[in-house]
Amino acid sequence: MTRRESMPASVAARLDGDALDVSNLPSYGFSHRSLMWWGNAGMMVIEGVAFGFMIIIYFYLRSLSNAWPDAGRPPDLRFGSLNLAIIVLSAFPTYLAQRACNDLDLRRVRRWLYVCSAFGLALAAVRWYEFTALNVRWDAGAYGSVVWVLLGLHTFNLVTDVVDTLVLTAVTYAKPLEGKRFVDIAENCGYWYFVVLTWIPIYAVIYFGARV
Amino acid sequence: MTTRLDPEAAVARPRPRAAGLRDGDKTPHSAAAVKLEQTWRDEPGLIGWLSANGHKRIGLRFVFTALCFFGAAGVMGGLMRHQLATSDSHLVGPDFYNQLFSMHGTTMMFLFAVPVMQGVALYVVPLMIGARNTAFPRMSACAYWLYLLGGLLLFGAFALNTGPDAGWFAYVPLAGPQYGIGKRADIWNMLVTYSEATGLMVAVDITTTILKLRAPGMSLRLMPLFVWASLVTSLMIIFAMPMVMLAANLVQFDRMLGTHFFNPAEGGDALLWQHLFWFFGHPEVYFIFIPALGFVSAILPTFTRRPVFGHDAIVLSLIATGFLSFGLWVHHMFATNLPELGKSFFTAMSFMIAIPTALQIFCWIATIAAGRLVLKAPMWFVLGFFFILLIGGLTGIMLGSVPLDLQVHDTYFVVAHLHYVLIGGAVFPLLAAVFYWFPKVTGRMLDERLARWQFWLFFIGVNLTFFPLHILGLMGMPRRIYTYGPETGWGTLSFLSAAGQVINDLSMLLFVINIVRSLWKGERAGADPWQAGTLEWSLPSPPSACNFLVLPVVRSREPLWAQPGEVNNVSGLSAEIREGLTTTVLQAVPDTRYAYPAPEIWPFVAALSVTVWLVWSLWSVPGFAWGLIPPAVAFIAWYWPNRKEAGEEVSWEIDP
Repeated sequence: MTRRESMPASVAARLDGDALDVSNLPSYGFSHRSLMWWGNAGMMVIEGVAFGFMIIIYFYLRSLSNAWPDAGRPPDLRFGSLNLAIIVLSAFPTYLAQRACNDLDLRRVRRWLYVCSAFGLALAAVRWYEFTALNVRWDAGAYGSVVWVLLGLHTFNLVTDVVDTLVLTAVTYAKPLEGKRFVDIAENCGYWYFVVLTWIPIYAVIYFGARV
Repeated sequence: MTTRLDPEAAVARPRPRAAGLRDGDKTPHSAAAVKLEQTWRDEPGLIGWLSANGHKRIGLRFVFTALCFFGAAGVMGGLMRHQLATSDSHLVGPDFYNQLFSMHGTTMMFLFAVPVMQGVALYVVPLMIGARNTAFPRMSACAYWLYLLGGLLLFGAFALNTGPDAGWFAYVPLAGPQYGIGKRADIWNMLVTYSEATGLMVAVDITTTILKLRAPGMSLRLMPLFVWASLVTSLMIIFAMPMVMLAANLVQFDRMLGTHFFNPAEGGDALLWQHLFWFFGHPEVYFIFIPALGFVSAILPTFTRRPVFGHDAIVLSLIATGFLSFGLWVHHMFATNLPELGKSFFTAMSFMIAIPTALQIFCWIATIAAGRLVLKAPMWFVLGFFFILLIGGLTGIMLGSVPLDLQVHDTYFVVAHLHYVLIGGAVFPLLAAVFYWFPKVTGRMLDERLARWQFWLFFIGVNLTFFPLHILGLMGMPRRIYTYGPETGWGTLSFLSAAGQVINDLSMLLFVINIVRSLWKGERAGADPWQAGTLEWSLPSPPSACNFLVLPVVRSREPLWAQPGEVNNVSGLSAEIREGLTTTVLQAVPDTRYAYPAPEIWPFVAALSVTVWLVWSLWSVPGFAWGLIPPAVAFIAWYWPNRKEAGEEVSWEIDP
């Protein structure tokens, strides 16, 4: 099936005398046709810059240090790796939810949103244990500070998006439901990919930056 | 015509079920026009005032508030000049003086310069591109309240003797936990969080507006230069501001939670702050300068009666300036122990950024030479901009070289340079912009004679205030000292500088008088008092609530010059809800109809709740976590669908 966002405006504007009649244009569109996509992209750039600089700060401080970690031990791999596995798997229900949005199929949207929410809650729970397994306090030295803030920053995004997903799941029960809410859900899925994709380098830095 | 025309497909689709009244009638008092005015008008009363989200109103609020902060910071600057006018002065003490220069810089950069440029863009951009509002009007409304609350908190703290005192860049360790005792540095960190959040929200709004809400036919090639400047600035803000917000929060973590990012004793690094701050801080100069270049490119064609020379070269220069400005930050750190080879790279970069700026200046000179110069108030300020900026640019090239910079580092030479650049590069163009668009905004002209008095007083005043500082700097007078002894011989030039400041104050007083007088009994402006070419001048002054009764179809850069008696326009958008049109990014082909959000109180409530969080987090560590709950609730409530609105929306929806 052709993805909707790759298609041009399904109904063209039409010249009517002097005027360009747009009354038959769709009232919303998916992907980069929607303003929400652009707002979301702006948000991702903003947070991507923050993540990028946190990683730069990590290596900057590491380059100044004789011992890294300068206090404590490297974090236990267990929970972080578990989260890596869960977060990568979570991309699949997210993809299916997004597809269902493009098809305007409310039943499938709800089903996959529930699965996404479950994944999100599981991630948040494992994340709690990740903090306990960092093996360093944030005030023990520069190393402790930077890993706590790096993990904290990603957690902030993760929790925000889990809350968003739960809210959107609830919104699907609103009546009447406007078509643009499908766009919102699809964009929330897009944002989740960002959470997934940023976790991979951040995981590598937190768990192997102190080992390699 | 770039629009896809496919009449058959149009016939095949049913018209929406509840068509209602649609636009398309250009006559001012038609049923559609009356309905549009009703639909787009702000609600009356206090709640309506707090809920308003029209871009004109939000933009004006930004500009007005920023000008008030400009006045306040100007008074602080004046106070410092008078303190230094004579040796051994005791007008203010050292501690208050520290707060004065920190507040002056912080206010000018964070609460005046960036917000005022964004405010002008919020007001002008939708009018220039043929849109009825910005893409995310509630977000900009929320940004305004955050900005106002942040500014008031800063000044509230200052009134309670808790103003920031470590400079506008708040270097650690001075602003860190060890030396920055009390709440002064915390207030600065909080203000930065506020103003950068504001800047980012508005930048995302403006970017999306420019890329998606242009009138049909306004491809990127036909986009006005001011809109280009706003786009480049907004993108730069999106890439640079997250940095300083992050960095300010890291300092705050050091102060509140005992982290060690900037503490060398525990593996941190004080120089890290300088890198982080200036990686943002240098582009910051260009957030102010690039919109100003846009003003000049908007004003110049109107007052030379011809399209600007080298349009494409100017666009490319703006983009090049945007990119290059991210590679200059180390020239603020030449006096630190960085590798010398690295410093020479940044010297080269600092010289290189002069190239696109020079290119634009040559294009403007060519425009003036080939056109017919009309010397009206906006044009005087543009000419002032050329002169003052040129001097600032020349000292900039001097400061870009390491040996010279080391010699005059932290002296008044740098103060002179940065004031020439910022006043020449931003304040003069801003004044030009105010004189240029004031008739559009208020429907009345500012007085020309007062404007010329103001211009000449300001031109003389600025030079008298800041030129002597070059010499004082070369004589070795350091920045940020609250007084000096008579044996230094700095007295005469400092006194001259203070006298210049008095002239500046007089000039600004004339400005205020001119505005008040003109609002009261200024000459009526009409739609297009300057015979300009861009779309905003096709509207009545002030524009109606919906901006355009019918959205225009654009086929040239100066539609009012090239398409007089405009034939084509858009029709068929609802007059009963706030509807607009999205178009494609490159070619501006009509794509979807778009329902702008209606005014709501939630953006205001959200800004208040964020304030509760930030203030709470200043005094309590748990407050940092628990305080997040009110904003979360406010933002969810803001998003939550409104049954009535959703019902209306569903009734006219067409699926893609």
